[in-house]
Amino acid sequence: MAEFIFKMPDIGEGVTEAEIITWHVKIGDKVEEDVPICDAMTDKATVELTAPVAGTITKVGCDDGEVMAIGAALVVFDTDGQRPVQKETQEEPKPAPKKERAKPVSAPVSASVVTSSPSAKPLASPAVRKAAMDADIDLSLVPASGNAGNITHKDLKAYKKSGAASSSKGYVKRTGGTDIKITGMRRVISNRMSEAKRRIPHFTFVEQIDMTNLEDLRTHLNKTRSEHQSKLTLFPFFTRAIVKAAKLWPQCNATFDDDAGVVTQHNAVHLGMAAQTPNGLMVPVLRHAESLDVWQIARKISRLGEAAKTGSITASELSGSTITLTSLGKLAGVTATPVINRPEVGILCPNKIIEMPVVKNGQITVRKMMNFSSSFDHRVVDGFHAAEMIGYIKDCLEHPATLFLD
Amino acid sequence: MSTIKCDVLVVGSGPGGYIAAIRAGQLGLDTVLVEKKRLGGTCLLRGCIPSKAIIEAAERYAQACENAAKTNVHGIKASKPSLDFKQTIAWKNGITDQLSSGVAGLLKAAGVRVINGWAVFENSKTCKIGETKITAKNVILATGSAVVELPSIPFGGNVISSTQALDLAEVPKHLAVIGAGYIGMELGIAYRKLGSAVTFIESAPNILPGFDKQITAPVAKWLRDYKVDVHKNALAKSVTSKGGKTTLTYTEKSGKDVKLECDKVLVTVGRKPCTNGWGLENMAVDMEGEFIKIDDKCKTSMRSVYAIGDVVGEPMLAHKASAQGKMVAEIIAGHKRSFNPAAIPAVCFTDPEIVSVGLAPQDVKDQGLDAVEGKFRWAANGRALTNGTADGGGFIRVLTLNDTGRIVGVQAVGRHVSELSGEFVLAIEMNATLEDLAGTIHAHPTLSEAFMEAGLDALGTPLHV
Repeated sequence: MAEFIFKMPDIGEGVTEAEIITWHVKIGDKVEEDVPICDAMTDKATVELTAPVAGTITKVGCDDGEVMAIGAALVVFDTDGQRPVQKETQEEPKPAPKKERAKPVSAPVSASVVTSSPSAKPLASPAVRKAAMDADIDLSLVPASGNAGNITHKDLKAYKKSGAASSSKGYVKRTGGTDIKITGMRRVISNRMSEAKRRIPHFTFVEQIDMTNLEDLRTHLNKTRSEHQSKLTLFPFFTRAIVKAAKLWPQCNATFDDDAGVVTQHNAVHLGMAAQTPNGLMVPVLRHAESLDVWQIARKISRLGEAAKTGSITASELSGSTITLTSLGKLAGVTATPVINRPEVGILCPNKIIEMPVVKNGQITVRKMMNFSSSFDHRVVDGFHAAEMIGYIKDCLEHPATLFLD
Repeated sequence: MSTIKCDVLVVGSGPGGYIAAIRAGQLGLDTVLVEKKRLGGTCLLRGCIPSKAIIEAAERYAQACENAAKTNVHGIKASKPSLDFKQTIAWKNGITDQLSSGVAGLLKAAGVRVINGWAVFENSKTCKIGETKITAKNVILATGSAVVELPSIPFGGNVISSTQALDLAEVPKHLAVIGAGYIGMELGIAYRKLGSAVTFIESAPNILPGFDKQITAPVAKWLRDYKVDVHKNALAKSVTSKGGKTTLTYTEKSGKDVKLECDKVLVTVGRKPCTNGWGLENMAVDMEGEFIKIDDKCKTSMRSVYAIGDVVGEPMLAHKASAQGKMVAEIIAGHKRSFNPAAIPAVCFTDPEIVSVGLAPQDVKDQGLDAVEGKFRWAANGRALTNGTADGGGFIRVLTLNDTGRIVGVQAVGRHVSELSGEFVLAIEMNATLEDLAGTIHAHPTLSEAFMEAGLDALGTPLHV
């Protein structure tokens, strides 16, 4: 008999355990190679684990909803397929699953159970209720004119026409609220944010950068592209500046295992890009950013962004970043205090470009100015070095040619 | 193995599942319906419809017997009728066949693919039916419920469930019914009319638990008048069959064991959701007790998996399942919907019939509402006197809030009142007030006038009292 022990794979950097949400196989099942055997959820993403070999399953490491350590025996396959199905009585003590059940998570992105607590149900006929639902109107906000406080079609129409604010009947009180249970991805985000702020003494540093020259260059490059080719955003240029800076200030392109007390400075730049998705914040990783030119970067980030939004992103694309760039694009504001993506030690956040008067050579001129916010882990990054690095990035961005020189 | 991919997979073809499938099909969704047995579910095949057929036949037979009796007040002279129960059952089967093939036609017209077989889920979106594998974008679980078996009195032999009670070869001479809820009551009363001696064993202190005593009193009176024994606070213990004789042993309230000889023992002690044997455990769906947990959109905890009908909890009623089924199909098609009825009517086809819609007096008390009650007896309604409704006693009761006069509950007990349930529930859904009710002209002479009169009574201005 050939036995193959499938150990809980390393499904992302920094991941030490994963919750097995659902098993798709059970003892005795014959499976082909590459068929899904279970769904595992880490604090980064939910991934489908597939069978690495074909064979009969003789043992599974844990029950649904249990947490398995990376490297623990997840599934044992009989690769001969000859062995009779193991009886349940022969079940051995489970090897590594931690008993601590991460309870409420039932699905990758589970439909949050929402309980609303309205003070009183608004009164309206079924037709009015349907019309309100179709128009996305909360009936509890609609003033009622019908008898017994009944909301009529006319009331609904009047409310729609007035727009909630300019109601001829004046402003209305909003009552009630909504309790949403924090589960799935939101719970992961919540835990990670708390942990980052609890453990890391952040300091935030903001520099002002003149983006006029870079914007001229970018406009020129985009102009020479044909219609169907993708255009450059500022992101690839920021990436180039960070790649160059990371080489000179390795303490900022690092991860800090604060439990072990070890900082690892990385040669490669794996750039995390904080992205808003329908399910919440995700940080896809642009791997080996140092090896890519601006066009390659542009293509890669557009693909990663799309994958994050559609949920088709893989675990390896969501882990292993060494420094993170976060930007809200048009919403980027004048300054920010970004939260470090633990175990990294630095996060950079370009703000909005604003045309403003600047004194240059004794003359007031209009320049495209941008604030560049950043936060660092003060335990391992000194303010002096951070300021030096940000100053270097500023220099690079203000003299775009230097972005392409080594 | 063949593989089917679809937008919507519906499991179960009862009044929840088939409505969901038809609506999904109408909305242009590629829909597959899986059913192990015939189309129609408990409602069409083993519940609502066949039981109403038996009840109707029993009532007609009882009337024919009454016509032959010397005490007959209508002046009809007739000879004693006889009953061909096999034909009764065949007539009933004809109706269920007609409805079941009607459902098949509707599904076909809506473009729904029907697969006959037992679905077993491997994960939340994939199931196997024999050699066919179905992968669906959305799943609607409408697996329904099944009769509850008493561990000490398992089904088999002369111990029957409501399903078998609708398919008996002959009318039992003596029928013992364990459980005097609405299913047991409906069937027990029907068999009494068909000529059986009937005995009820009920563990609760009242018949029809869940309804208040006032509303069930006319039913209790009927049972007394027709010499039906009802043993309350009594626990059925065991059933033995020897030499063609069946003996039911039950424990009286006093603790004394009593033996009862009968031909059939009908066990109607409730229904339980069908959640086993089809891979629900592989779907990562949260439960709430024995039912599947859902939100106000019938969504389960697993994305794109919905559940409707009996499998999601009380009330286990066909019309609730249908409403949920229609809604879920529309939600999947992208409409904005939520399940938010003001009331779900409940009807017992006992003799006399009982209807309850919205709040009952106890609910009003429990919720601390300031409400007023209006009542009107059939004895003062002309139509009720002519069609026999008044004979059984009974009344309509309407509960309204004192501040606004809004109708929040209606109960009625009387022959034929099931057909009035529509007006009751419409009044509540439309937030009608007593003034609305009193200001609506009701046709004379009909039973519906009594609803208006009950409203007038609540206003303090009754006309016919």
